[in-house]
Amino acid sequence: MKFGVIVFPGSNCDQDCFHVVKNVVKQPVEYIWHKNTGLDNFDCVVIPGGFSYGDYLRCGAIARFSPIMESVIKFAKAGGLVIGICNGFQVLLEAGLLPGAMLRNKNLHFICKFVELKVEATDTPFSSKYKKGEIVRIPNAHNEGNYYIDDKGLAELKKNNQIVFRYVSNPNGAVDDIAGIVNQKRNVLGMMPHPERCSEAELTSTDGRPIFESIVGWLKQHGRT
Amino acid sequence: MVERNIYCALGLNDQEYQKIEQIMGREPSSTELAMFSVEWSEHCGYPRSRSLLGLFPKEGKYQAMIGEDSGGIFYADTAIVFKMESHNHPSQVEPKQGAATGVGGIIRDIFTAGAKPIASLDSLRFGPLTEPYNRFLLKGVVDGIAFYGNCLGVPTVGGEVYFDESYSGNCLVNAMSIGICPKDQLARARAFGVGNSIMYVGSSTGRDGIGGCSVLASHEFGEGEEKRPTVQIGDPFTEKCLIEATLEMLATGHVVGIKDMGAAGLTCSSAEMAHAGESGMEIDLDKVPLREEGMEAYEIMMSESQERMLVCVKKGKEEEISDIFKKWDLHGVVIGQVTDDKNIRVKYQGKVVADIQTEALAKAPLYQMPFQEPANLKVMNTLDLKTIPIPADSNQVLLSLLSSPTIASKEWVYEQYDHMVQTNTTVLPGSDASVLRIKGKEWGLAATSDCNSRYCLLDPYRGAQIAVAEAARNLVCSGADPAAVTDCLNFGNPEKPDRYWYFKNCVMGIVDACKAFNIPVVSGNVSFYNESPKGAINPTPTIGMIGILPDVAKRCTQYFKDDGDVIILLGETKEELGGSEYLKVIHGKVAGQAPELDLLKEKAVQKAVYEAIQQGLLNSAHDCSEGGLAVALAECCVSNRDKAIGSNINSSFVIRNSSLRKDALLFGESQSRIIISCSKDKTAKVEALAKANQVPCQKIGQVGGESLKIEGLIDLPLNKLNDAWRGALKQYV
Repeated sequence: MKFGVIVFPGSNCDQDCFHVVKNVVKQPVEYIWHKNTGLDNFDCVVIPGGFSYGDYLRCGAIARFSPIMESVIKFAKAGGLVIGICNGFQVLLEAGLLPGAMLRNKNLHFICKFVELKVEATDTPFSSKYKKGEIVRIPNAHNEGNYYIDDKGLAELKKNNQIVFRYVSNPNGAVDDIAGIVNQKRNVLGMMPHPERCSEAELTSTDGRPIFESIVGWLKQHGRT
Repeated sequence: MVERNIYCALGLNDQEYQKIEQIMGREPSSTELAMFSVEWSEHCGYPRSRSLLGLFPKEGKYQAMIGEDSGGIFYADTAIVFKMESHNHPSQVEPKQGAATGVGGIIRDIFTAGAKPIASLDSLRFGPLTEPYNRFLLKGVVDGIAFYGNCLGVPTVGGEVYFDESYSGNCLVNAMSIGICPKDQLARARAFGVGNSIMYVGSSTGRDGIGGCSVLASHEFGEGEEKRPTVQIGDPFTEKCLIEATLEMLATGHVVGIKDMGAAGLTCSSAEMAHAGESGMEIDLDKVPLREEGMEAYEIMMSESQERMLVCVKKGKEEEISDIFKKWDLHGVVIGQVTDDKNIRVKYQGKVVADIQTEALAKAPLYQMPFQEPANLKVMNTLDLKTIPIPADSNQVLLSLLSSPTIASKEWVYEQYDHMVQTNTTVLPGSDASVLRIKGKEWGLAATSDCNSRYCLLDPYRGAQIAVAEAARNLVCSGADPAAVTDCLNFGNPEKPDRYWYFKNCVMGIVDACKAFNIPVVSGNVSFYNESPKGAINPTPTIGMIGILPDVAKRCTQYFKDDGDVIILLGETKEELGGSEYLKVIHGKVAGQAPELDLLKEKAVQKAVYEAIQQGLLNSAHDCSEGGLAVALAECCVSNRDKAIGSNINSSFVIRNSSLRKDALLFGESQSRIIISCSKDKTAKVEALAKANQVPCQKIGQVGGESLKIEGLIDLPLNKLNDAWRGALKQYV
C-alpha cells in the first residue's frame, strides 16, 4: 500500500498530510512533484491544502493544468483513491473530478477555526470508520470554502448520497451546509476541513484520524481497483 | 559638490554629506550617495541607538546565538532563531501591503539563517476604532498579515492588539517570526573567499520601495504627504517558493553566506555581507534581473522589491545552485564575485558607478543624542485617588472593561490567520501564550509578545521592566521557562530630547529586567520617528519572548476547567490604579504612577507557578494584567471557546481585602499576580510550593456554575460576560 502526496509549489499542508500518513497511520508515503507524471505505483493520492500556484487567480485554476493533474485524472478514472483537502478540494473541482465550484466565504474573510461536522455518509473508502450521523470536530482554514452547486446538481448529489460531511453551523455560506463530497463512483473525496490537523492527541482533537484509517482499512480489504 | 536638495531628498543632512565627501576624497556619484543614504539611515545603521543597544545582555541561562540579521538560542541539538521587526510607517501609508511585507521581511530573516520558519506573532497598535481611518488600518493590516502569512504556510500563532489615541496617525505593526534547525545547519550573512561567486536569487528588481528605509521609515509623518510609492508590494507565493528553494540550497553545503535583500535592498546585502566577511565584492548590475526597463544604477541599488536574496556560493557550484532555483521557477544568477580588497564595487553598462569601502558604509556615524525628562511628566504622574469616584455598579464597570477593544477577545483577528498549519500549535491563540510542539522531540516552545505602553509613558524604566516581566509571566502560565528576548523599540523622533529620554530609560529597563531573569536579548529592531502632526506615539518597547517547555505534554492554559476546582490568587493586590485600563475607560484619565514592580517577587511568583505546572498540580494559570483581577477572572471563565464555566469568589477574600478601594481590588493592575486553579486534593501541595517560594497565596473561591460571582461586588451570568468580551471588536469591523 502506498500513498502519494502531491506537491505544488504553493502547497503548504503537504508535509502535514505526509506526517499523518507516515507517523500516525504508519503507511508508506512519497511526495509527488507537480511537474512529474505517472501514478502507477500509488494506491491513494492526497492533494493537500495550500495555495497551489499562489491562487491569485481562482483557487486551483492553474493547478488543474499542471502535468501531474493529467495523471491524477487518469488515476481517478481507473478507480484509484483520491482525497483533496481544502485547496486540494478546489483543485478537484477545477479538474472536473467533482461537481460544483467554490466561492469566497460569505464574510469575505479567511476563517481558521474548529468547526463541527455531521458525518452523512459512511459507505465510502474515506469515512467507513465513522458512525453515520456522528458529530466530529475538524478545523477549517480557507478563504474560498463557500461551496456552490446548482439545484439540479444538488439534487443529483443527494440522490446518489454523495454528501459525506455537512457543517452543523454553516461558517462560510456553503450550499446545503456542504463541507465534503465524493464523486458518483465514491473513489474521489473533496473536503474543506483539514483532518490532518486533528489526527493526534496533542492537537486538541483526533476526529480527523478516522479518515486516514478508513482509507487504510479500505485498501487492505480491497487492494487497488 | 552635489546639490543640497539632492542629498536632503535622500534623507542625509549637511554633516553627513560632508563626511561622505571626506571618506570618498571626492564628490560621490549619485549611486554612491544613494548607497550611503540608505546604509546610514536609522532603519539600517542605527546611528542614534547603537550605543545604548550595546548594553543588552548577550548571555543567559540558555546558550545564546547572536547573528547578523537575527538571533536565537540553542536547546539540546536545535537552534531556535527568532526576531521581531517593525513595519510601522509602510503600514500607516498602505496597511495591507505594509503589513504583508513586514511579515515577508521578518520571515526571510529567519530562513536566511538556515532555520525553517515555524511560527509568527504580530504585535499591533492603532488609534481608537471610533475613527474611520483607524478601522481602515486595522482591517487592512489584519488582511495583509492573513494574505501573506496564510499563503506561506507559517502559522500566525499569537501577538497582541492595543488601542490608544497616541497611535492615531502612526500605527505600529511589529512582526515576529520563529524558526528552528539543527545546530550545525545555521547560515551566516557573510561573503568571503576570493573568487567565490555572488548570486542573486528570487524575484526580479523593480522600482518599488525605493527609499523605504531612509525617506519613509527614518522621518516623521508630515501633513498631507504622499509616501505611498515608497511602500513595497508583497508576493507571498514567490516567498513560499523562495523559502523552499533556499532551504534546499543551504542543504547542499555549497553556501558561504546568505542575506536577505530587505531594507536598502542590494546595497545593504552586498556591503554588509562583504564587511562581515572582511572581504570586498564586485557586482555587475547588468546581470540583475529587472522588472522594468530603463532603471538607473541608484534605483537598482536602493530598490526594496521583495522576495530577493544575495548568496555567496563556493566557486564551481553556481550551476547546481541555479538549478535549484530553476526548479522553483525563480531567478538564480551570478552577478559578481568576492574580491581581495575591502571595497564594494558596482558596475553598470560597462562603467564603475560606485566604489566604496564596505567599512564606511556598514559603520554608520554614531550620534550621542541629548535627552531630557519631558516637561509634563510630573503632572502626568500626579493622581489623587480621592478625586476618582468609586462607581456604584461594579458589574457595569466590568462589562465596559471587557468590551474595551484593548481587553476584548481578539478572535476576529486571529481567526483570519492560519494558526494551525504545520500542525504544531498545541495551545491555540487565546491563552496567555501559544505553545508549539516540535515533531520528534519531547520539548516544546511557547511564544508571546507584550508591552503596556501607557505604563511606559508614565515611567519608561518601570514600564519596560513590566513588559519583560509580563512576557515572562505569560510564558510561565503556559508551562514554559522564559528563555530569550527579541525587542522592537518603537519611539518618536530621537532628535527631540524628551523622546530620546524615553528611549534611553526603556532600554535601561529592558537591560535590568533581562539581567534579573537571566535571559539575553538576541535580536531586535529600532523604529524611531513614529510621530504624526498629532504628536509622538506612547513609548512602545515591544518585547517578544520565547520559552522552553522541557516536556510539552505539561503545557497549561488560562481557562478554568472543572467544577469544584479551587481558585488561588498568588501575589499581592495593592491600591494601584495609575495607568490602568479602568482609569482610562471609566474615568477618561491617563495618569498616576505605573504599578510597582519588584523583580525578586515577580521571579518568586513565576517560579512557584512553573514548578506547580511541572509537577502537574494545576488545571489553569492566568496572569492579571489590563483590567486587573476581575477581568482576569472573567477571562478564566469564558476564554475557552468550547466550554465556558463559572466561578464563585468567596466573601472572606473580599473581607480580607476590605482596606482597599473596591475599584482597586477589582480593576487595579498590581503586578506579579497569577490566578491558578487546581483540584481540591492538590491544594495543599500548591500552597506549600507558594510558601516555599515566599509567595502570598490566597484561596479565593471555587470553579463552577453559570456565572461569575465576587461576593457582594460582581454577579454576572456567563453569557453576558461572553457577549461583552467576544462581541466588542466585531461591532467596529
